[in-house]
Amino acid sequence: MSEITPEIVAEHGLSADEWKLCLEIMGREPNLNELGIFSVMWSEHCSYKSSKKWLKTLPTEAPWVICGPGENAGIIDIGDNQAIIFKMESHNHPSYIEPYQGAATGIGGILRDVFTMGARPICNLNALRFGEPDHEKTRHLVSGVVEGIGGYGNCVGVPTVAGECEFHKSYNGNNLVNAMAVGLADADNIFYSAAAGVGNPVVYFGSKTGRDGIHGATMASAEFTEDSEEKRPTVQVGDPFTEKLLIEATLELMKTGSIVAIQDMGAAGLTSSSFEMASKGGVGVELELDQVPMREEGMTPYELMLSESQERMLVILKPGMEDVAKAVMDKWDLEFAVIGKLTDTGNMVLKWNGEVVGDLPIDPLALASPEYDRPWVKTERPAEVKAADVESNVGRIDALKTLISHPNMASKRWIWEQYDHMVMGDTVGRPGGDSALVRVHGTNKGVAVTSDCTPRYCYQDPFEGGKQIVAETYRNITAVGAVPMAVTDNLNFGNPERPEIMGQIVGCIEGIGEACRTLNYPIVSGNVSLYNETNGTGILPTPTLGAVGLIQNIDDAASVAFKKEGQAIVVLGETTGWLGASRYLEVLCGREEGAPPPVDLDQELKTGNFVREQILAGVETCHDISDGGLAVALAEMAMAGNIGCSVDIPANVDQAYAWLFGEDQGRYIVTIDADKAGEFVIKAGEAGVVANIIGQTGGSDVVLGGESVSVAELKDLHESWMPTYMAAGE
Amino acid sequence: MKAAVIVFPGSNCDRDMMVGIEHSLGRKPEMVWHKETELPDVDFIAVPGGFSYGDYLRCGAMSAHSPIMREVVKKANQGVRVLGVCNGFQILTEAGLLPGVLMRNAKLRFICKDVHLKVENAETEFTNKYSAGQAIRVPVAHHDGNFFADDETLAALEGNGQVAFRYCDAAGNVTDEANINGSRNNIAGILNEKKNVLGMMPHPERLCDTQLGGTDGKPMFDALVEALS
Repeated sequence: MSEITPEIVAEHGLSADEWKLCLEIMGREPNLNELGIFSVMWSEHCSYKSSKKWLKTLPTEAPWVICGPGENAGIIDIGDNQAIIFKMESHNHPSYIEPYQGAATGIGGILRDVFTMGARPICNLNALRFGEPDHEKTRHLVSGVVEGIGGYGNCVGVPTVAGECEFHKSYNGNNLVNAMAVGLADADNIFYSAAAGVGNPVVYFGSKTGRDGIHGATMASAEFTEDSEEKRPTVQVGDPFTEKLLIEATLELMKTGSIVAIQDMGAAGLTSSSFEMASKGGVGVELELDQVPMREEGMTPYELMLSESQERMLVILKPGMEDVAKAVMDKWDLEFAVIGKLTDTGNMVLKWNGEVVGDLPIDPLALASPEYDRPWVKTERPAEVKAADVESNVGRIDALKTLISHPNMASKRWIWEQYDHMVMGDTVGRPGGDSALVRVHGTNKGVAVTSDCTPRYCYQDPFEGGKQIVAETYRNITAVGAVPMAVTDNLNFGNPERPEIMGQIVGCIEGIGEACRTLNYPIVSGNVSLYNETNGTGILPTPTLGAVGLIQNIDDAASVAFKKEGQAIVVLGETTGWLGASRYLEVLCGREEGAPPPVDLDQELKTGNFVREQILAGVETCHDISDGGLAVALAEMAMAGNIGCSVDIPANVDQAYAWLFGEDQGRYIVTIDADKAGEFVIKAGEAGVVANIIGQTGGSDVVLGGESVSVAELKDLHESWMPTYMAAGE
Repeated sequence: MKAAVIVFPGSNCDRDMMVGIEHSLGRKPEMVWHKETELPDVDFIAVPGGFSYGDYLRCGAMSAHSPIMREVVKKANQGVRVLGVCNGFQILTEAGLLPGVLMRNAKLRFICKDVHLKVENAETEFTNKYSAGQAIRVPVAHHDGNFFADDETLAALEGNGQVAFRYCDAAGNVTDEANINGSRNNIAGILNEKKNVLGMMPHPERLCDTQLGGTDGKPMFDALVEALS
């Protein structure tokens, strides 16, 4: 074994303090195998060392939460002995270096987190962020990432039903690929990762181990520099066909009653899975590394412990159940090997052909991973932008046309038509709505899912921005008629060692926490991706949230499309014309500035409850108002239903553009039969919700205060940006 | 009707097919694992969509050599009705039950969306609940659905009424624009000469349920149930 030099320590990403702690824990100098294990276990990616202090402040509990953060995914109870298991996770760094495989393996990894706990995956979502459309790499990255997600998700046969895609120059050197998987399990048949039972066999199944992805977790914990291209070999390669077999084999194995604990091998592969299982169970492990199924000749213990080869699982079996488990794997043509046993030593002993090649104390290493209280500075809330101070030379119809065909607002059909969003036969609400709606197989219940983030708000005011994301998911779930139940967070930021970035992290987490507490909407799982910087330039703060809601009867669900002519259009919530940090200000005035709209959480709750009640009572059309304000929301409803609308601008409004395009929060649009609209407005008032009738549906044009554009023209503009943009690169 | 659905490693529309059949039949079909060497006594076999063997080598090529496929071919030759959807269609061409091949989509991308199909032959046990020329709405979800056959084969398919469905617009017009994947003559589904084997890229089993947005796929399964009862 080579001597450990300071250079080798530095190559493993350990700071001087961490190396000192490592020596203390070991009581001697570690060998290279052991150092490699410290390196990945203490990487930002695996240890959350910069964010842990703040993550602990998030609310994680509610009566319907079966399992919160700390396991592979979060679990909520949806009644009838059914549970939803879900999580969102980033695959940002690998997707930038190798977009197809980086994105594909992101899907594979998040699916494993969900089926590892006993769920059959029922849908996928993804939130994508790329650099400016004109940047030389963007088109290539979009194309590769979308193809990678589709290539993997389509093959495993899990529908990809929702997501988002945004472009901004801050992502030029660091695109974001955040993938969420949602699964359905029997609430009384959930599997956890805590190892137990001294002497029980440690079993490996799935694909063989190769040399791919070694130090992927360490790579994902550093900034990109000019030589990041050289990190291509650390990107893993996915095999969705094997993943499909792995899903079926794992779920079949779970029916045999042979499993004590199970965990997939994700970031930091065998190291992370074995340490986490042992640490949670308070046991020791002895691994015979030469028994690991290997894809290549001449692999070393170091490589076997650090490989991030995909589609692999680690399971602790009940004694004597090896043959039962092996029969399942044989049926599905998957590798199966007993690679060790549990011990009572509290140590991880690694053997290679009988010889001890590593011996590490498990708990000190897993639990004593560093936790930093990094210095931070608060982002001061910027000045408000007064509507009267916004110069607008563009007419309202031209503004609307510009917004709905802008890269960030145009239809993303080009993306989601490359994803099989219908396989499994339960996609009731397809992509393009506020939330996708997936039927719980064999029932009339529906699971509503959405992912959201408004990075430009978070950049201007992390606290209000954090609140707004939670509220936005809450509204998207509510707008289909479902009850928002729980959230998964995928926190993407720049380098936490810079106090202003750390300030963004703290502010966003505090805002998210406050909103989740008020809305009784816990965070049950999540992932943190830091160091999204290139040569010192960070991304906009992007704490993406994925959310899940439940509707008892999908036949009650509402959708965004106008359905009838002559209905009254009612706006719920107050419209003040807030233009700070709005799309209008950014796109039409070229100004990315101003305090973002505040979110009144108590009002959010009142309005949300009212909307849901009304949907269950028969309201069929509902859309929340977000980017681009009222005018864009109306256009989206008209385009979805192929029915026009006409709205009047209230006489007391000074700046029509602010009323049309302002992004005041907490608002929804619903349509009500004209003869019942007055009564509806009274009911809203009684519920403490501001309601205004602003116009009616009908015709083939969208008419805004007397100026009009045809729905057909809007649709053409809205649908053509992305195909045209992508075709220009072919 | 006694129905079976074949399940290959990597099939992923097997459950959808089962549910689709169940909507018309009122009970579940038998699910038959590809390693089986015998089929139960059935008069309808469905080969579902998915990515059998990961589409490695060539879509459907490996599955066509699975043990169960020898039995499927035998039954088909005895007149048992066989439906192959999507990857199932690819498998049936690889197994020699249907002519032609399915190549990569002309635009080289996976496509998942509702399309319209013109019913070309409404006189088969699969299609007789549709009317000739009717435009039905059925989803597609494939990467390799670009039907190709040489001129002679194509002429024979057209001449024998073996073209079951063509891609068309909502009004039933067979146009280049409606030809989503570049198939020759807009072909979306074909029959064998005896008309007891149908292969199609679109998924009728995905629209048999109003909650999923339509039921244009259901008449196919209704027709089979009626013919085989």
